[in-house]
Amino acid sequence: MTIPNRRQNTRHASSDAPFIISLLIIGGLYVALILAMLLADVNYLKPHDSNGVTTSARAILQRSIAPLRTPEIRFALKLSLISCTVTAILSLWFSVPLGYLMSRFHFPLKGLIDAILDIPIVLPPVVIGLSLLILFQSAPGKAIEKVVPFTYAIGGVILAQFAVSCAFAVRTMRVTFDQINPRAERVALTLGCTRSQAFWRVALPEGRRGVLTAGTLAWARAMGEFGPVLIFAGATRMRTEVLPTSVFLELSVGNIESAVAVSLLMVVAAVLVLILVRFAGATSAMERGLMP
Amino acid sequence: MISVENLSVRAGGFGLSGISFSVPAGSYAVLMGRTGCGKTMLLETLCGLNRLRGGTVRLMGADVSRLKPAARGVGYVPQDRALFMTMSVYENIAFAMRVRRWENAVIDSRVQELGEVLKISHLLRRRPAGLSGGESQRVALGRALAAKPRVLLLDEPLSALDDPSRYEIHELLNSTCRNKDVTVLHVTHHRDDARQLADRLLVMEDGAVREGTLQ
Repeated sequence: MTIPNRRQNTRHASSDAPFIISLLIIGGLYVALILAMLLADVNYLKPHDSNGVTTSARAILQRSIAPLRTPEIRFALKLSLISCTVTAILSLWFSVPLGYLMSRFHFPLKGLIDAILDIPIVLPPVVIGLSLLILFQSAPGKAIEKVVPFTYAIGGVILAQFAVSCAFAVRTMRVTFDQINPRAERVALTLGCTRSQAFWRVALPEGRRGVLTAGTLAWARAMGEFGPVLIFAGATRMRTEVLPTSVFLELSVGNIESAVAVSLLMVVAAVLVLILVRFAGATSAMERGLMP
Repeated sequence: MISVENLSVRAGGFGLSGISFSVPAGSYAVLMGRTGCGKTMLLETLCGLNRLRGGTVRLMGADVSRLKPAARGVGYVPQDRALFMTMSVYENIAFAMRVRRWENAVIDSRVQELGEVLKISHLLRRRPAGLSGGESQRVALGRALAAKPRVLLLDEPLSALDDPSRYEIHELLNSTCRNKDVTVLHVTHHRDDARQLADRLLVMEDGAVREGTLQ
């Protein structure tokens, strides 16, 4: 056996640098692209005086907010926030039991059901919207619409967002439960729990971070959903208009400034949600760290 | 006592069949066998976690073959301990009593009692994440013993411990589990554990369980 000398060791240690630099360059390029897009949006809204010199930050803010004061955009903002929140809650309501079922149980046709659950992820969102539209033109769909209107209605906005978002939440919850040791639930059964009690007392508390992630993902996905909402719920102002629809409508009439302002509003909303989730996660971690 | 007759079970592509053995009430039996021979599957089957394909399991004289795990009155310590990571040590130990809706004062008294016996009173407010192997093992043992089971099933409880911790847990098992109220089946592949703890040795090989000798 030969022992590497000091020089060889040094060469091995320094050989990590190109690898790490490559990671930083490749990762940095993507981060730079995201930041460049956002900066371009902000820059577009900068007012210019006659000399072409940009004015104060306050003026930029005023110009960004101005289009958001219109009743149409305010309606779209309100509808987006409400529909995304309802979609996120509904997605969790379905994804937690589905994720648990797919992670813990073996049953006939499980592989097929797994593939079906991925369909909304791989299909173009427009196709989801079209399929929903056709479904609600069928006899059962029309019967449902007599009780709760969906097509070209607010219910349709939520259903279109839910149809896509829930698939991402299901996938997240399945991975979450896959990563939790099932033996803890089995021990809970020997300690007197029913299956249901083992789920509520052991599995779900251990998967709470996954629940938070699935809810956030569903919310964010619903916020950005445009294709299925446009096809199934339409783009009627003050009726089924959500923020992505506003961007589309403002662009279609050539009001680019307003479209950019709405886009930035969506960015702010998304960042706020991300901060909220990170803060919630950090608080939980802090609590654990503070335990004696 | 534990009495198994012609047990047959299959799960995850692996199975056992024709297993028969018995452990008298109040004795401490150690089951040895090579890794992968089905010792864990046998313990889980006694707990009721695998569905029987055939045979009978009797615990303390009662046929529990068709009973759910919750109704069997066993305490189970799995190899990886599987502590409840979102709960404090106190809540881990109190778990079985809370599920059975014991009174809070009784639960508190029992947790404090086990805390003292297992020497983990100072850990009761901690979460399991930062505990050492020996400490985790004591908590898992406390959790299994809390509701006073008549049968205790231990799956390699000393496998991940260093020598000083092993001897400590040996003493602990000798002092807490060796009494006429509890029948213990302890799975291990360390002959030293058998010598230190067993008053009865069982050996699992070639798909059968037979009596072994402690010498």
